Amino acid sequence: MRTAALPNLKKRMYPRMHQWIWMTTLPLLLLAAIVLAPLLTPQDPYLITVGDRLLAPSEAHLLGTDHLGRDLLSRIIAGIRTTVGTSLLILACSLLIGVTTGLLSGFIGGLWDRLFQRIIDAFMTLPDYIFAVILSGLLGPGLSNLLFAVIAVKWVGYARLARSVALQEKEQDYTALAVLAGVPKFRIVLRHILPHCLGNVLVLAALDLGKIILMIASLSYIGLGPQPPAAEWGSMLNEGQVYFTAAPHLMLAPGAALMLTVLAANLFGDKLRDRFDVKTREEA
Amino acid sequence: MWRSFGKKLLGLLVFVLFLSFISFCLLKLVPGDPVRSMLRVDDVAVSREDIADLRNELGLDRPLLVQYGAWLGKLLRLDFGVSYMTYRPVLGEFAEKLPFTLLLTGGSLLVMLVISVPLGALSAVYRNRWVDRFSRVFSLIGSSLPSFWLGLLLIQLLSVKLHLLPPMGGGSLAHLVLPSLTLGVAMSAIYVRLIRSSLLESGGQDFVASAKARGLHPARVFWFHTFRHSLVPLVTLLSESLGSLLGGTLVVEILFAYPGLGKWIVDAIVARDYPVIQGYILFISLCIVVLNLLVELSYRWIHPQLGWKGR
Repeated sequence: MRTAALPNLKKRMYPRMHQWIWMTTLPLLLLAAIVLAPLLTPQDPYLITVGDRLLAPSEAHLLGTDHLGRDLLSRIIAGIRTTVGTSLLILACSLLIGVTTGLLSGFIGGLWDRLFQRIIDAFMTLPDYIFAVILSGLLGPGLSNLLFAVIAVKWVGYARLARSVALQEKEQDYTALAVLAGVPKFRIVLRHILPHCLGNVLVLAALDLGKIILMIASLSYIGLGPQPPAAEWGSMLNEGQVYFTAAPHLMLAPGAALMLTVLAANLFGDKLRDRFDVKTREEA
Repeated sequence: MWRSFGKKLLGLLVFVLFLSFISFCLLKLVPGDPVRSMLRVDDVAVSREDIADLRNELGLDRPLLVQYGAWLGKLLRLDFGVSYMTYRPVLGEFAEKLPFTLLLTGGSLLVMLVISVPLGALSAVYRNRWVDRFSRVFSLIGSSLPSFWLGLLLIQLLSVKLHLLPPMGGGSLAHLVLPSLTLGVAMSAIYVRLIRSSLLESGGQDFVASAKARGLHPARVFWFHTFRHSLVPLVTLLSESLGSLLGGTLVVEILFAYPGLGKWIVDAIVARDYPVIQGYILFISLCIVVLNLLVELSYRWIHPQLGWKGR
């Protein structure tokens, strides 16, 4: 039975080699940037030099300096770690929690599933941004609270998707066969049902990355994110907006960094969707 | 039809109450104390008796269930309690802020429609021509743009440099332009593509061909047959994004110091103003639930095939 199911699985669900390369380019690039960020900063992003405050871009400071004389380019590079790193961490945690709970709930069914469905409904009623603001506001500003609040909002989408796949695949003959053969439930979920939702979940995750980055940045912008002196693109915009007229570069650079990163993530997500979403591929 | 509608409404009300209970418990579980922030004035030391007195006065020393029961009992009389910060009724404050946020929501929807309907229609009609390519780039950039950054840039350009519009505050129509523009542009990024693809899809349907065959004017076919049919996904997406639009107003309201619901709730969260937070969560979830119901009703208007059961 396993040998009969496997070729089918391999063909449809597991990405091929060149697809793996596609799928991992952007995450790897971002990871490299996150790991290497401290080595790439030309100057210390936290070094305060009050004499050099609000300098326009020059050779010494390629993007100028902020209101405390810190090098803006270095702070933006350091911000990769805070903004993008946090987003990737959030994405990974939400994926793990959402997919696990969703698959189990859908597969086990019964009372648990109904209860789970209620919980998901409750989470879906409040718009995610408002929910994240309330949660992180109540927990208090700070990076770890922000992390927790955004995960609390984001896991629901994956749980819903995984649950629907589990409900669908549960009805398939091969699942019934596996149950009859006495395969443990956990193993069925892991080996037979998980591969079916992996493609869709990864596409959803790629499309979500940009949204998570924007959410973190805007939460930090309204003051709920990491506290100074941490370098985060959203809070850098918040700090910079006071010096609007004197130093417009303080507003331009972090925003542009944010936009370009999200743009890259969105382009990547679109590409992935075109490659993996069965429906879109048939249309093309 | 009205019967099933009523049943649904009742179920949703129960659900909203359940939600309010959960949020009530959560509010009490998270760290932070409204009493301390109420009594804290310029770092003057607060005596333990003062704290205990105020806690007693606000009923915060009673068991959780009793507190929730009291809140619910007042709610039945449409009493949402009194804000800890301003000592004014929550309902009154809400009624004061709501119009501002509604205006902002309406304004940004208007901006969104004004941008995305013509652009989407043009890029469907002139498919793969320069209009289409422009709209693709527009929507890609628009969906990657942080809305608060766009707002900052707009303030910089239109109010600081050109002195055209007031940068902050609310109250007049001129104050509404920048926030609505900020939200509307960001939203239209998604809608342009949606309208284009949905127009293309309904343009290929049989009823469009038959309308053309009957010799109707092309413009009439486009607006009354193709366009009307493609409203269904538009309304679906609108209903789904009303929540995120409300969330979007939150950032934009803070950015523009606009006196709406968003600024109100963020101030309340910082001060741990429980009645306000609790009331806000109830209002928002009610709004979302009722809006979803209305959307379901509007489908029947757009999509006559679904029909009105029992009519």
